[in-house]
Order: sequence, then C-alpha cells, then structure tokens
Amino acid sequence: MKLYCLSGHPTLPCNVLKFKSTTIMLDCGLDMTSTLNFLPLPLVQSPRLSNLPGWSLKDGNAFLDKELKECSGHVFVDSVPEFCLPETELIDLSTVDVILISNYHCMMALPYITEHTGFTGTVYATEPTVQIGRLLMEELVNFIERVPKAQSASLWKNKDIQRLLPSPLKDAVEVSTWRRCYTMQEVNSALSKIQLVGYSQKIELFGAVQVTPLSSGYALGSSNWIIQSHYEKVSYVSGSSLLTTHPQPMDQASLKNSDVLVLTGLTQIPTANPDGMVGEFCSNLALTVRNGGNVLVPCYPSGVIYDLLECLYQYIDSAGLSSIPFYFISPVANSSLEFSQIFAEWLCHNKQTKVYLPEPPFPHAELIQTNKLKHYPSIHGDFSNDFRQPCVVFTGHPSLRFGDVVHFMELWGKSSLNTVIFTEPDFSYLEALAPYQPLAMKCIYCPIDTRLNFIQVSKLLKEVQPLHVVCPEQYTQPPPAQSHRMDLMIDCQPPAMSYRRAEVLALPFKRRYEKIEIMPELADSLVPMEIKPGISLATVSAVLHTKDNKHVLQPPPRPAQPAGGKKRKRASEEVPDCKVVKPLLSGSIPVEQFVQTLEKHGFSDIKVEDTAKGHIVLLQEAETLIQIEEDSTHIICDNDEMLRVRLRDLVLKFLQKF
Amino acid sequence: MDPECSRLLPALCAVLADPRQPVADDTCLEKLLDWFKTVTEAGSSLLLLQENPCLVELLFHVLKPQDPSPRVLSFVLRLAGVFAAQENCFQYLQQGELLPRLFGEAGPLGGAAWTAPTVRSGWIQGLRHLAQHPSALPFLGDCGAVDTIFSLQGDSSLFVASAAGQLLVHILDLAMRALPQGHPNPQACDWPACAQKIVHHVEDSLRCTAAPQLTQALNVLTATFGHCHGLWTPGLWVRLRPLVARLLEKDPVPASHALVDLLLSVARSPVLSSHCDPWETLALTLSRLSPTQSGPLALGTLKLQDCPQALRTQAFGVLLQPLACVLKAAAREPGRPGLPDGAADDSVTVDMLLSSKSACVGLLCCALAHLELLQPLPQCPSPWPQEALLEAVVTVLRFCNGSAAPTSDMGGHLCAILVGCVRVQRAALDFLGTLSQGTGPQDLVAQVFAVLLEYLASPDSSPTVLKKAFQASLGWLLSSPETPGCRDLDPQAQRFLRELLPVLQKRLCSPCWEVRDSGLEFLTQMARHWGGQAGFRQVLLASEVPRLTRQLLRDPESYVRASAVTATGQLSSWGLTAAPAGPEHPGVQQSLLSELLHVLCTDSEGFPRRAVMQVFTQWLRDGHADVAGDSERFVARVLQAASRDLDWEVRAQGLELALVFLEQLLGQPGSRCPYAVAVPKAAARPLAQALQTLCRVQLFEFAFRALFDCDRPVAQKSCDLLLFLKAKATSCGTPQEDRVIPDVSSVEATLQKWQAGEHGHPLGDLEPEAVMAVLRSMDLEGLQDTLAESSDHMEKSPQSLLQDMLATVGVLGENEADCY
Repeated sequence: MKLYCLSGHPTLPCNVLKFKSTTIMLDCGLDMTSTLNFLPLPLVQSPRLSNLPGWSLKDGNAFLDKELKECSGHVFVDSVPEFCLPETELIDLSTVDVILISNYHCMMALPYITEHTGFTGTVYATEPTVQIGRLLMEELVNFIERVPKAQSASLWKNKDIQRLLPSPLKDAVEVSTWRRCYTMQEVNSALSKIQLVGYSQKIELFGAVQVTPLSSGYALGSSNWIIQSHYEKVSYVSGSSLLTTHPQPMDQASLKNSDVLVLTGLTQIPTANPDGMVGEFCSNLALTVRNGGNVLVPCYPSGVIYDLLECLYQYIDSAGLSSIPFYFISPVANSSLEFSQIFAEWLCHNKQTKVYLPEPPFPHAELIQTNKLKHYPSIHGDFSNDFRQPCVVFTGHPSLRFGDVVHFMELWGKSSLNTVIFTEPDFSYLEALAPYQPLAMKCIYCPIDTRLNFIQVSKLLKEVQPLHVVCPEQYTQPPPAQSHRMDLMIDCQPPAMSYRRAEVLALPFKRRYEKIEIMPELADSLVPMEIKPGISLATVSAVLHTKDNKHVLQPPPRPAQPAGGKKRKRASEEVPDCKVVKPLLSGSIPVEQFVQTLEKHGFSDIKVEDTAKGHIVLLQEAETLIQIEEDSTHIICDNDEMLRVRLRDLVLKFLQKF
Repeated sequence: MDPECSRLLPALCAVLADPRQPVADDTCLEKLLDWFKTVTEAGSSLLLLQENPCLVELLFHVLKPQDPSPRVLSFVLRLAGVFAAQENCFQYLQQGELLPRLFGEAGPLGGAAWTAPTVRSGWIQGLRHLAQHPSALPFLGDCGAVDTIFSLQGDSSLFVASAAGQLLVHILDLAMRALPQGHPNPQACDWPACAQKIVHHVEDSLRCTAAPQLTQALNVLTATFGHCHGLWTPGLWVRLRPLVARLLEKDPVPASHALVDLLLSVARSPVLSSHCDPWETLALTLSRLSPTQSGPLALGTLKLQDCPQALRTQAFGVLLQPLACVLKAAAREPGRPGLPDGAADDSVTVDMLLSSKSACVGLLCCALAHLELLQPLPQCPSPWPQEALLEAVVTVLRFCNGSAAPTSDMGGHLCAILVGCVRVQRAALDFLGTLSQGTGPQDLVAQVFAVLLEYLASPDSSPTVLKKAFQASLGWLLSSPETPGCRDLDPQAQRFLRELLPVLQKRLCSPCWEVRDSGLEFLTQMARHWGGQAGFRQVLLASEVPRLTRQLLRDPESYVRASAVTATGQLSSWGLTAAPAGPEHPGVQQSLLSELLHVLCTDSEGFPRRAVMQVFTQWLRDGHADVAGDSERFVARVLQAASRDLDWEVRAQGLELALVFLEQLLGQPGSRCPYAVAVPKAAARPLAQALQTLCRVQLFEFAFRALFDCDRPVAQKSCDLLLFLKAKATSCGTPQEDRVIPDVSSVEATLQKWQAGEHGHPLGDLEPEAVMAVLRSMDLEGLQDTLAESSDHMEKSPQSLLQDMLATVGVLGENEADCY
C-alpha cells in the first residue's frame, strides 16, 4: 500500500493511494498562491497599474521589463495569472481509477487532471460539492476570461533567469509546470465525469475496495472518505470541522478502527479562534461604516460568506447599521445564494428543521427580501445604478489578483476611511496587498477558518484511535514563525508519518487476509471435524473462481465423461485435472503406546530419546530412526522401503485422517 | 407573655397536635420557636409552662402512638430543648420523664419519623438548647445520646452531620467547664465521663484509615479549638497532637483540607498558641503537604499575628513557589531581584505544574489568588517581591496568550498547557490589578502595559478576561506617576492611552454586549479621573470614542444603554462631547440633554432611565453648562418625566435631584465646604421667591405624590425633603404669618385621596402660601416615624403570627422550603 503525494499544500491536497489493485486519487486541490506573483487584472483601465515601471537587473539590463513590473519594492509578472498544478510526473495519472473529492475547495485542479492526463476513471463527489465547485470554477474562469490579456510571460521562468530575480519570484517552485486557467469547456467536460454520492453510501470499486463518504462538517456537502477492504480500513480526513456552523456535523464514529488515517486540511490559522474573528470582523465593519467609510470583504462566493451574512443579520440592527447596503458581487452570486437554500439535507439540524416550517434555512433570504443585501453578477450594469456609499461589498477573488475586488481596491484604496477585511485564510494578506501599495485604506486580517485545530485533532485521534496517522510534514512541527508553540502540531503515538510534495510513502501495514466466499452447495458437502474444542476442520475440494477481485469457492466439476463424440472440446471448457488428494492428518503420537505397538509388531531393542522438540525412537536392530515432533514425523531407514511403509502404517494408526 | 397570645396558645397547640391539620408553612414554626426563645430569655420557662399547660400537653402529645408530622415533631423537640435550657424547668420536665421519652431511645429515635432529616436535625438542636447546665450531662449519658450523636456525624444529610459535630463540641465544652476551677490543666483521668467518651471517640477516629471518620474528627477538633478557649484545651491538644503528627507521616497526607483547618484553628487559639508551641507542627505540615494542599495553610499562617519570622518565610516561599517556577521556565534575564532562593528548584511543584493541564491551572490559580488576598493585608510579608511578582505575572499572561517564546523545555511545555486558558488569564489579570498598588521599574511597567494592550486587543479574549484587563489597566493608569507640575499622566501611560483608544473604539462596536458594556464602564472611570487633563482630552477627542459612546445610547441592550448614559454624562461634564452624526441622523444636531431626556421618557428598561437621573442630578450639582443656563426649566422637565416613571428608583432619584435644586435655592442643610467649587445658584434669593420657583417647577406636586408613594424609600425621601423645606421656612421666618391663611381644604382633600391610593386627581396650581400652610398642617414628623418602621412591623408581632397560623391551618401551601 503506497501513498503518492502530489501537492505540497496541506489544505489543498492531492494524493494517490494504491490499495489492493486500485489506484485512488484523494482530492485534487489547486494551489492558487502562485497568482500572488502576478499583477492584478483590472476590470477597467487602471492608469496606476499600466504605468508601473518595468523591472531591470542590477546591472541595468532591462530585457525583462515587458514581463516584470515593479510596485513599491515588489516585482510582479505582468501576464495572465497561472496556477501551480499537482505533481504530474510522480505517477502515471492515466492509471488512476477513481478520484474522491472531499469538498469544493479541493477539486479546483480537476480539469487539469481529467482532461490532460489520459484519465479514464470516475470522480466521486456529493451533489453540493459538485454544484458549488462548479460555481467556484465558473467564477474563476469568468474572472480571468473577461479581462483578456494579450501578453503571456514565459521568459522569466527560465531557470537561469529566475535565479537572478528578487524574492519571492526567485524562490517560486516548479514554475515551469505553472499553467493558465482552464476553459469553461474543460470544466464542463471534467464535471461530466463526476458521479454523485450521498453520505454513508457504499461504493464498490472493482470488488476490491469499498469507498464511503462521511459528513466532515466543514462545508456544504464536504466529506471525509473511508476506503476499506474486508480486513483493512483507511480513513481520509480532509477539511473537517467540529464547530456548529451551517453544514451537517462531522461524523466521527465511522472513522474508528482505522489502520491508517490520512489527515489533511486542518485550520491554516491555528492561533485564530473563529468566534473571536467573527467578533473582530463585525466590530471593524461597524467602526468603518459609522465613520462613513466603506468595507470591502474579498471572499469566495460560497462557504464562510453564508455564516458571515448570518452573523451580520443578527448584528446590523443592534449596531444601528440597518440602513447600510450590503453588496455581494460575483458572476455566481445569485446561484450561490439560491443553491445554499436548496441543499436542506446537507445542512445542520437547526437549518434542516426550518425547511419544514417552511422557512428558508439561511437568513440571507430575508436580507435580500428587505433589500439590505443586494447581489450582482459584476460591477457593470445594474450595480452602478444602485451603488450607494457607505456600503459593505463582498466580492472575489480573495487573492486580489482578479475579479471585481481589483476594482474596489483601486477605487477605495486611497482613503483611510475605508477598510478591507480579509476573512479567507488561503492567501497571505500582506502579499495580496503588495501590488496596491502604497495604500491608505485600513486593512484588517480576520481569517475565519473553521477547520480542525490541533486541540480538536488531538481529541479526535484519542476518540477514533487509528493505528497510524499520516499527514503533511507541516503538521508535525510547530509553524516556523512560532517555533516554541509545541501545542501547534500533531501529537500522537506512534508519531505521525509525514509526507511532502513529490514523495512516495509506503504505508506501514501489510495486508494479511483475503476474504473468500464459499458456495452454499459446496458448504453443504463439508463435514467438519472437531479437532479441538471450538475448532473444527474440513477439507475442501473446490475450484477457486476469481472475478472482479471477488473470490468464490465453487464445487469441483464432476469427473469428465468419457469422450463420446468426435467433437473436440474447446479449450475453455476443459476442466482442471482433479488429482486424488491424500487425506490430511491430525492428532499426536503418544510415545509409550507407539513403542508398545512396535514391540507388538516384533521390533525389539527399542530406545527412546527425548529431544527439544519431541522424541526420537531408535530401532537399533533395524538401524532405523523415527523422529517424532509436534508437526512432523520422519522415518529414516536405509533403503528398506518395505520397512518404511510398515512403520508408516503403524504411525498412521495413531493419527486421524480426514 | 401577652394575655392575647396566652389566649390564642391553646388553640394553636391543639392545631399543632392534630395530624389532620397540617401546618402549611415551615417558616411559621421557625418564627414561633424564635418567639418562644425571646419569651424564655426574658422570663422563667417553668412559669411559662405552668401558666400555659397546653404547652406541656403539646410536648406529651407527640409521644402518643400516632404519627405526628415530621415538622411538628422537629419543632416540639427543639421547643422542649428551649424550655429545658433553664435548670429548674429541666428538672420539672425530668420529673414527668418527658425528656428521656423525647430524646431517649424510646422516643422518635427508634420510630419511623427518624428517617426524616428534619426530625434528626430537631433532635440535635433540641439537645443543643438543652445542654446549658451541668445537670444536663448525666441526662445525656443516661439516655445514650452521645452514641447517637457519634453516628449522626456521618448522616446522609450534611446539615444533620454538621450539627452533630457542633453538638459534640458543645457537650465537650460544657463537660470541661464543669470541672473544678482549681486545676488549670487536669489529668485526663479527672475529666468527666462524657468528655472522656467524646475524646476517646475522636482518638479512635484519628487512628482510623477511613477518610470520612478522620475528617469528622478533625472538624470536631477544629470547632473545639476555634470556639472553646478554656484552660483545658491545651491539655487536649497535647494529648491528641501525636495522633495528628502521625497523619503527616502518611503519603499522601489524608484529609488535608480538614487538617489544614485544624492546624490553623490551633494556631489562632490564644490559649493554645501561648501554652503549646504550634509553630513546629505548622512548619512540618507545610513541608509535608503537596503544593496545592499547602497553599491555604501558607496563606493562613501568614495571616497569624505572632507567627515567627522563619515560619513566615517558609509559608511565603510556598505561595511563591509556582510563580518562581514560571520565572525559571521563562529563563528570565538575570539581574532582576528575584524570588527567595530555592523556591524555583522545588521539584514537587515543578512536577505538579507539568503533570496535567488541570493540576497546572489549579495550582497557578490558587497561588495567584492567595497572593492577591495577601497583598493588601497588614500581615503582608515585607519585603514584598513586587518586581519579581510583576515579572512572573506578566510571564504567566504571555504564556496564556501564546506570545511568550520560552527557550527552555519546561517553558515550552508550560506554554502548551496554558495557552488560551481563561481561568489562569482571569486570575493573573486580577493579581496584576492588585499589584498596581505598588510600583515597578519603568521597563517592567512598560511590559505590563504592553501585555494589557495585547489582551485588550486580542480577538480571542473572552468578555470576562477583557473586563478584568480593563480593570487592571485602570489600576495601572491610576498608579502611574503624574508628570511633575502639570498633573498630567506620565509619558508611558500617555503612550498606553494613545494605543488603547483605537482598541476601545473597536470594543465599543463588539457584537458581544458584555464587551461594549465593560468598555463603556472603563471609559467612564477614565473620564472621571482624567477628564480635566490635557493629555487625556487630546487623545480622546482625536479618537472616535466620544461619538461611538453617544451612538450606544441607542444600543439594543439596556445595560449597555445605561452604561452609555453614564459615560456620555461623565464625558459631557468635562466638555468631551461629540455631535451625533450617525448614518441614521445625518446632519441632525441634537443636544445631549434632549437625547438623555428622550431616554428618560421613552426607554422601556429601568437601568438606562436610572442612569439618566443620576447623570442629571450630577449635572445639576456640578452646574453643567447645559443645565445652568435654565436650571428651572431643566428641573421642571426632569421632574415631570420622573413623576410618571414606573420604576421607584427613578422616582427616588428624582427626589434626590429635587433636593439638590432646593439646596441650590435655599442653601445647604449642613455647613458647606469653603473650598467647594462655587455653583451658580440663587442662594441669596428670599424664601418667598424660592418658593415661587419651586411652585413653578411643580416640585411640590412631585414631592407630595412621592410622599404617598407605594414604595417606602420614595415616601421616606420625600418626607425628608419636605421636612427640610419646612425647617428652612421656619428658620427664615414666614412672612405669611401676618397675612390671611389661605384656604387649603381642596389641596388637603386631594392629598387625602392620594394617600388613599387615588393618584388620578390633579393638585392644581399651588401658591407658596398654600404650600407652607399645608406643610405646617401636616404631621410630617409622625409620618417620618411611621415610614421608618419596617413595612412588616404590624405583621411581625407574635399575636399576628399566632393568628396567621390559626387562619392558615389546614391549607396545604406550596411553601415546601427545607428549613431544618
């Protein structure tokens, strides 16, 4: 059993598990932090961005000035943003049988895998994961395609040139494998390969293993996966949450008794408590708006935004902000808000019960109804007519490199009255802000990551007690910036096995058993014999039939009829030869009685010696030696076959045959 | 006894004896017993029984083979004890064999009623009352009561068990007091049998390995040495000390809590501490107990008056140990004065700190709490290691918020245990606040301010932690030295304030109302202390805080509104106001006065309205600019609003405001401080003019209505106010004397209606003459006396109690209060 690790990002995993005869890809995350090295794509012409000076080497060589621009001491690639794909060389991805998706954030690389690697298998995911994943991809494609960029920079990727660049470009990894965004066509094709599954549904893979999604409590439709055979169980825990937010709570009990638990997708900000951060978010929002400033919240179109809107729903009246407009701008804003209301079965209990009242499970419906929350596909069109300040705008993309957020950063960045509040933990906010410097607007970092923290992990591991834990290497040591925080790492016994990008891990357990079924008529014919209390044995003569990784014992074919006709048999109808099987022996030989028997049969001068493992009976006259041990008996005599057979029969008298 | 009560008593006794007429309310029986106690304390119990034979009959009645209710039985047992407390009455009851039958084995002791805890408790309390004279001792011995009390020490009811222990102490004291006075320290063999029995029992229990018995014995001894200071007590302690010392040899020391209590009780007893030196045992115990067990003992030892210095040092060392370990774990920089030598090397403490989260948290919280208790006491050790403690508590706080970066293994481990621990954060912030009463070197104070700021700014701080951080900040700001010459805050505090205000700003917008509330309280305190100081004013006015505070007057949470009212009132007193320019009211400039009046008239909750009244009273007293301009109109408007208020505290505060106004018009009742700030007032106005003003603002209507208010404090306050006015008028001489006395019959008629509860009738326009006439004709002094009596003085009389009990007989109420 092996684990191929294709991604170095612990919350955007992509691993391949080889288990029995199957090859299973676990998640398909796309590392988008690479886009932070690129200049933002403005929706409307930005004189500031287009007039940035080109970057030149220390010696004044300016051959890269078309590709690289300098902004407040940072260098950015002036090109269409590119993403860092999972490793494609480590394993032939066309051999992957299935891909299991755990949540919509972890499927963003799917089109790259399914469309460009010869993949012919099936993808399994829950319905909300697929629908919201589609929205995220659609938004991403839309953000990038609606700002076409003529230039595509590649010179800087040259290894010799990259060495000369300033950080962080110099340290960017695997730049040669970075790819531009996929197209909508590729998205559709990739999504068509997905088969929908429900929680606790058991899916057979070639009869070899069974995979089951379990609720992970992190997002709508998010799942952990159990991959098990009859005798082995691997749990894949990715992006789980024990907090009470909108999704169904996490199913922990089903993770018990795992041989291996692969643990990924823990919180990215283990020191930030989501409750405190929500409070911080509300306070800063109110403070800014009360001062007449605007608030910009760069966010994904689904996920935490539902919880934030719910908090604001409760908070705005009490904070006297009822008249402040909230705008949600995304090409998929409408679909996201509406989808969230229809996935009742995937929601937490409280929200499920609302549906029966009937009421919309999320209160953002009421915000929309009362015109407090308005949503638009983009800043163009209706939005520009309705736009009123001060206001709060939720829009993407959290990297600040593309999407409507770029426009608002340019619009509001110059005033210190305005505030940008970062709630998504995927990008470093300082790096995200770098191309907008110098910036007058206030920046608040309130990362809200509801995924498991280390205290919760330690409780979870105590609860489910897996034999082995496998996790990204980042989780086995404290974060580099807080090396003294020994509480910010996984602490378990035996210590967790860690992996890093492009590493192959042999998982630390061996398969020992295989389940074989026995046909009823064959079972009927068996005559078990009790050889020890509670243990019965029977010999089976059967044909082992193996198909689709399932093994069945079938009754042996009847002895072949004498060939009557001239018709030649086809090879496939040939039955295997049934050799006459020797009976199996059991029991033990009581030495004293055996000696008496020998004497009865005329042997004299018998000597018995005790050995470590049994006895040696010496027939001195016959120059013969009978070695009796627990599991074997040897008769050693010189070239006297008659004698040997005689002695053998005497031995056999003491043993049971079946 | 009152003849009327004597008349009612037979009927009541009959009722009590009748199981078919259950007593509805336990509290009646308690009151009845209290009354009997007062009666017997004042006179002879024997006479009482002889004059009221129904009482003896009642005592006998419960012995009849019927099932009396447990409550009545318990009552009768206690009543019999109360009567038998007097020796002649005891003899009288003994003659009738009543007492052995009540308290002996033939009594309730063997019956079904004994299962009720209230009966067992009554039995114990009866004996407790009874055991007041030496003749009770043979009785207790004869009826086998002492053995029963021994067994009741382990009773399932905690009340019964505790009372049994106390009774043993009482009997022991009674027995030993009965010894001839000549022998100050008699031999044990001379002790009365009863005392010997009890002491043997205690000795047996001390040898026992079972924790409950051991604890019972230790508790009995603790109470004995705590309450009995006879010369026999040293003898008892000398006899039992070896047994107690043997407990200390065990590992772990059993019943450590009770043992600590005992040793402290011994050390506190004046007789014992002078006769037999308890210090050695204390020192030994301190060294034997585990760090968590020894904390309370160390604190208790340090509080002792005559404790030797060496023991004090040892005890203080115990309290400091955990913090010394923390300092060591943090690998503090050398050079600072530290904690006593060796404190940090105590391996037991270190082991305990690192053994588990709960042990570590418990030990640190106890150490911090004990030191916090110790610091303000006169017995506080000197020298007090202020610097090291400050450093330790700052370190603890840094461990708790994860900002410390310890290099040692122990530090890393402690950090992992403590990070995010709210209990330790609370205890440490409390202690940090207490430490502000001392000072510290500048760099350390800077660290204190820095860590406080971290806590105040952290989104992870819980509301209670924040509140404590605010309190500690205030303490440190108050203790920071003022800049010489200008009475302004020192630069360090000034810097802290500058950084604090943006944080406070954010906290005032918190979704959590507790946070907004504690932020406002903190602001109020700051403004109260530094409202006049230039540095503070500058920083505050440069921030959004005044404006946000004003917006919080419309907060959905009433506590927050109340705090916002107080805070804006305080800020406004110092001229630190902001114009409301909220998104809802763009451009509308509303004065704070009218906004607060709006709160007073419309707020649905009492707290904000009360706060407004307090602010207004303060404004009037201080001559606030918004008020001083037209104080007459202001008072009229406020009184009008207050008179309609449903909350009595608002009405009472209205009277307070009226009194301030009166004082300003007429001069204060007492002599004024000659240096007080001059208040713009019309003190020199003649009385007639002042009365005219009071009539115009309708103060009299307000005061008269309040005089007949259904809430007594309001009526009392109004009465005081009118009396003050009356006195003032009399002292000034009433010019009206020469004139015709006006007809006040209509006014008096209205007042009578008000007194009868018909408040709907208006008083109409009043003339000063009419007011004075009414005041003169009213018996305000009499009314004041009536109001001064508690509202239930009529119902408290024994006669009323007996009548009530008779009236409610048979009514099964729901007052099932457990009153044994």
